[in-house]
Amino acid sequence: MAIFLTKDSKVIVQGMTGATGMKHTKLMLGDGTNIVGGVNPRKAGTSVDFDGTEVPVFGSVAEAMKETGANVSVLFVPPAFAKAAVVEAIDAEIPLAVVITEGIAVHDSAAFWAYAQAKGNKTRIIGPNCPGLITPGQSNAGIIPGDITKPGRIGLVSKSGTLTYQMMYELRDIGFSSAVGIGGDPVIGTTHIDALAAFEADPDTDLIVMIGEIGGDAEERAADFIKANVTKPVVGYVAGFTAPEGKTMGHAGAIVSGSSGTAQAKKEALEAAGVKVGKTPTETAKLARAILAG
Amino acid sequence: MDLFEYQARDLFAKHGVPVLAGEVIDTPEAARAATERLGGKSVVKAQVKVGGRGKAGGVKLAGDADEAVARATDILGMDIKGHTVHKVMIAELSPEIEAEYYVSYLLDRTNRTFLAMASVQGGMDIEEVAEKTPEALAKVPVNAVDGVDIVKAREIVALAKFPADVAEGVAEALVTLWKTFVAEDALLVEVNPLVKTKDGRILALDGKVSLDENADFRQPEHEALEDKAAANPLEAAAKAKNLNYVKLEGEVGIIGNGAGLVMSTLDVVAYAGENHGGVKPANFLDIGGGASAEVMANGLEIILGDPDVKSVFVNVFGGITACDEVANGIVQALELLASKGEEVTKPLVVRLDGNNAELGRKILSDANHPLVQRVDTMDGAADKAAELAAAK
Repeated sequence: MAIFLTKDSKVIVQGMTGATGMKHTKLMLGDGTNIVGGVNPRKAGTSVDFDGTEVPVFGSVAEAMKETGANVSVLFVPPAFAKAAVVEAIDAEIPLAVVITEGIAVHDSAAFWAYAQAKGNKTRIIGPNCPGLITPGQSNAGIIPGDITKPGRIGLVSKSGTLTYQMMYELRDIGFSSAVGIGGDPVIGTTHIDALAAFEADPDTDLIVMIGEIGGDAEERAADFIKANVTKPVVGYVAGFTAPEGKTMGHAGAIVSGSSGTAQAKKEALEAAGVKVGKTPTETAKLARAILAG
Repeated sequence: MDLFEYQARDLFAKHGVPVLAGEVIDTPEAARAATERLGGKSVVKAQVKVGGRGKAGGVKLAGDADEAVARATDILGMDIKGHTVHKVMIAELSPEIEAEYYVSYLLDRTNRTFLAMASVQGGMDIEEVAEKTPEALAKVPVNAVDGVDIVKAREIVALAKFPADVAEGVAEALVTLWKTFVAEDALLVEVNPLVKTKDGRILALDGKVSLDENADFRQPEHEALEDKAAANPLEAAAKAKNLNYVKLEGEVGIIGNGAGLVMSTLDVVAYAGENHGGVKPANFLDIGGGASAEVMANGLEIILGDPDVKSVFVNVFGGITACDEVANGIVQALELLASKGEEVTKPLVVRLDGNNAELGRKILSDANHPLVQRVDTMDGAADKAAELAAAK
């Protein structure tokens, strides 16, 4: 099983023919991802050779879906064109759109989120400003390195890319069912709660690691959700205890505003919901290990 | 990016929000001509990005041009809650005010939508209104696709229970304020107070605007709004090199890749510092994914140029970033600084994991730089960096 992405996922790449798209399409293919096409209206009808794998380029998401049965799109489209690309994916009703692009204006992400709602939420959006998701041994949709860890029974959801890698590395001997980077922007599609719900329902996940960071109240709401709905053990980590108020810490959404969005508040909320929260990524990994060891 | 009041006023004016005339000056003498242009009377308003300036004496009436110069003399250079006043706005005197209201648009992260907020209790701290009389603050979700037209604006006005005689005027102001919010890619536009004057006009007397820097690519005019003088010199130097840097108060310089890992590194260093005389992280610096040797060198140069820094912790997990590139960057940066005649005396602790970590570690070992030590775990490296900073 796993969540959102399996070996049966048929993946297309919007922005495949750009430099970043080319680089990561090659890496994803190397991880076994079933990439069935790229999208670029100006290069429709051509194909790109990735070390012997010919990947056709289609003029639109809808066309790519019709021709290949694609059900996942990974977007490497620059910020200025990202909104139009996501809207195109929504219009085509592709079940999953993974938006890797960093630096999308909030008015654009709020607009495509509202558009997805208006269209009946047929497309799950992951990101933007995220590393994507990986189901080790099956498929990789995004930029998470495929060789950090192996298939296993931990589910991981995180706002941060490198902390995702760090945690996968810490627990590499145990392995992961799926790891989902949901992104560090103020407006994102898939939330901690969505991933928690999916991992709770996934028979191949025994324990969930949840990584949060300062800004907003997603972790607090996730804590409420865990209390009410999650029976599997959850281990948490929150970054940004030392972040000063009013400063954006790298991620557009990572900002403490007044007294809201602090790491301390998030940690307390999670602990109140029975989540064991580590002080450092390494300690968090130890907590997970201890629980799995019984 | 938060704007000054005068910049907010200019943007409001540009999009048709009713405002009074005003111009910004930075010398007392300039208050004379500005006041004369306004007909001989003015309000002298300190321009600081902090609330409560009125109570602090940062807003004064001037009955004539001489008085405006005197008031500007008083206010320029004044300290308001740690902010020095470098500019004042010479504003047109408001007609007599009958009522003060509050209106704003902002991003509602929780609900992933925009939010209109409006209250007939304006002129005071809105967080106080929200706390003490939440029923007096209407919060109305605004869908990013649909936006605010006059019909939606009337709905907001009705929900906030504005009096009938101002309802249409406030609704019109709300439409123009929405235009400002969208056209300028703002994260917040706030008018407080929005006033009703005795002569029946609706005017935005004071405002706050915060802009989304992710939209800079389509907002070429926003760069000029940046308060370059107020920026920390290290932050300015980092920005000029496209580095994501925030200056903090501590002694351990931090370089890492990825916002989350760098935030985590700051925390881990602060914990380690508890055992080493309370040393703390000196900065946030994210060299990003796929950072090259050059980016590493630029980052290191900024950190080593910070006189507060006593030791440096380079914490990299190679995902897209290759650790050999990072290691080369460190070696090259030290060579570059040496070739510039800069004496580097600060010790560096480097932790490399992930993509090509073995190769990166070997490059560092081979370079055998006397100031560079490798520690291969994050917690261990943080402890070493804190220890070295405390020993200095």
